[in-house]
Amino acid sequence: MSRETIIELQNVEKHYQMGPDLVKALNCINLKIYAGDYISILGPSGGGKSTLLNVLGCLDQPTLGTYLLEGHDVSSMDDDDLSQIRGKRLGFIFQSYNLIQQLDVLENIEVPMFYRGVTEADSREVAAHLAEKVGLGKRMHHKPTELSGGQQQRVAIARALANDPAVILADEATGNLDSKSGGDILQIFDELNEEGKTLIMITHDEGMADRTPRVIRLKDGQIVHDERKEVFR
Amino acid sequence: MRPEDVGATLNLRGLTPWRLKRSIILGFKSIWMRKLRSLLTALGIVFGVCSVISMLAIGEGASYEAQQQIKDLGSQNIIIQSVKPTNNSSAGEQTRSLVLEYGLTLRDLIQIQATVPGVNVVVPNRRIKDFIWFQSNSVDATAVGTVAWYPEMRSRKMVKGRFFTQVESDSRTNVCVLTQKLAKQLFPLHSPVGKTVRMRTSYFRVIGIMEDQVDATKVDDSSGTNPIESGSGEGLEMFIPITVLKDHFGDVLIKYRSGSFEAEKVELHEVTVQVEHSDQVVASSKAIKSILDRNHTDQDYKITVPLELLKRAERTKQIFNIVLGSIAAISLIVGGIGIMNIMLATVTERTREIGIRRALGAKKNDIVLQFLIETILLSGIGGLIGVGLGISIPQLISHFAGMKTIIQFWAPTVAFSISVLIGIVFGIYPALRAAAMSPVDALRHE
Repeated sequence: MSRETIIELQNVEKHYQMGPDLVKALNCINLKIYAGDYISILGPSGGGKSTLLNVLGCLDQPTLGTYLLEGHDVSSMDDDDLSQIRGKRLGFIFQSYNLIQQLDVLENIEVPMFYRGVTEADSREVAAHLAEKVGLGKRMHHKPTELSGGQQQRVAIARALANDPAVILADEATGNLDSKSGGDILQIFDELNEEGKTLIMITHDEGMADRTPRVIRLKDGQIVHDERKEVFR
Repeated sequence: MRPEDVGATLNLRGLTPWRLKRSIILGFKSIWMRKLRSLLTALGIVFGVCSVISMLAIGEGASYEAQQQIKDLGSQNIIIQSVKPTNNSSAGEQTRSLVLEYGLTLRDLIQIQATVPGVNVVVPNRRIKDFIWFQSNSVDATAVGTVAWYPEMRSRKMVKGRFFTQVESDSRTNVCVLTQKLAKQLFPLHSPVGKTVRMRTSYFRVIGIMEDQVDATKVDDSSGTNPIESGSGEGLEMFIPITVLKDHFGDVLIKYRSGSFEAEKVELHEVTVQVEHSDQVVASSKAIKSILDRNHTDQDYKITVPLELLKRAERTKQIFNIVLGSIAAISLIVGGIGIMNIMLATVTERTREIGIRRALGAKKNDIVLQFLIETILLSGIGGLIGVGLGISIPQLISHFAGMKTIIQFWAPTVAFSISVLIGIVFGIYPALRAAAMSPVDALRHE
């Protein structure tokens, strides 16, 4: 593979103490993700999907093993550095949109830029551009409560793109949406991938597996399947 | 979560004015989103600050009035008043003579002037209570016989005309000066200056009107009766030269009371002694007391030292301020705890928001700053409202209750600063707790 490696997990394990039992939520994960990858991660609930996403998203540290993000060893970073990495190199899209209720569309998109330290004028401009891109050009000053689920998820996508991240992580992004809005969101993902973005989607929807060129299946904290195929859209 | 888990520390490095401005705007938005709750939260601070300012204003006003009254008596003055002795001690004397003789005498006055060092001026006065007439109009008032420099010594100002002069006093001219209150009652329609009033069989020409004044010697009036019978006639005074008073009305005062009559002989009702320096006042008053003790077997006089009253008033004010300060401090602390309580609840409620912000690149410090600013804004806004109320309430009190209130310039400033300080003190713990949550747990929070 000639493409650049963005993410590399080496023997990553994540353990939780549940009462007297030690649970291995992730068990010896080895994984390489390349620039431009479009991946769906599937698996039964409790299979370690969310844990893997948390580790990939630098929200949680692996118990064992090494995580290299663009060549930097994330597993040994402190809290502030992790925050910085999350803000600059990762974009999150959540099932329940997770917009900040007291802010309007533009301000929500600006949040990652605020924490990165982008000036107000610049971040305004970028946010307006991104709002246009996800089709919310006419609703820039609406509050989240004034938007439909599909529209809120578009705001979340625009927000995830704000700092031009290396990877976009989507956690059941269409889970709360009807099939029409969900389809629109997936359409946007496809377009982003065509533009060269790296996307990782977590889902329990088998239909998604047909949509992405690469499919990873997790079970009991282990990768049981990692396939790459041609997808025709 | 235990406080030990609070890993974040307050570190404001990298805080640019631009970031601060955005954080403040964000804080306002969060406060505005929960208007009612924010208002109720800030209410503790509002009332705390308001009560601090208004209590201080009322206390300051009251003590200012008291001190002003005392100062009007003159800080270099010693005031000696004749007091009717209590019956027991002089019962024997009373049976022998129909005329009750008590009080200060000219002899006392001469002795004081001659022996007490530093005595500058002595102002005696004598009073007679009777009806003063103008045409068919009469007022039960007091004629005060005194000397020409009385107004100066007791800091009393003339509002119209002039006080009588030494020459008028020496030549026993029938002139008089009325207090404003008396003038108003006696002359409801006319201008009094130049008119002639009558007391008993003597006529006096009105040459001036004197400002009313509250008698501050009564501030100290814890023991004994008043030298002059007060009541409704208080402040109704007509000043005439002491020489004239003596010539026209003699030494013996006769009072008719429910069928019987009582005769009193009082040479001087009141003597004001002025010393050169105010630091001599205490020593001189002791000397005067020892002279009077020798001359009088009964306790028929009372010495008032305005300076001592002043000192006592200042001490009272200090105690008053401490009490007010403690009440205010308690109410502000209670307000602060209220704010902390709500902020802790807010942190729990907004756990998810904290998680989102952390996922989007917020460091622990960013979260600390956000919540701290919100608390400071909340208490600051409460403080501002409190200052507003605290400034207007004393004015309302002044207006409706007629009490004097003084708002010192530092009171609102200090009260407001304290409210902001409370925001910082009671905001830090909730803010640190907010920042200490792990992003994963915070995001999972429902």
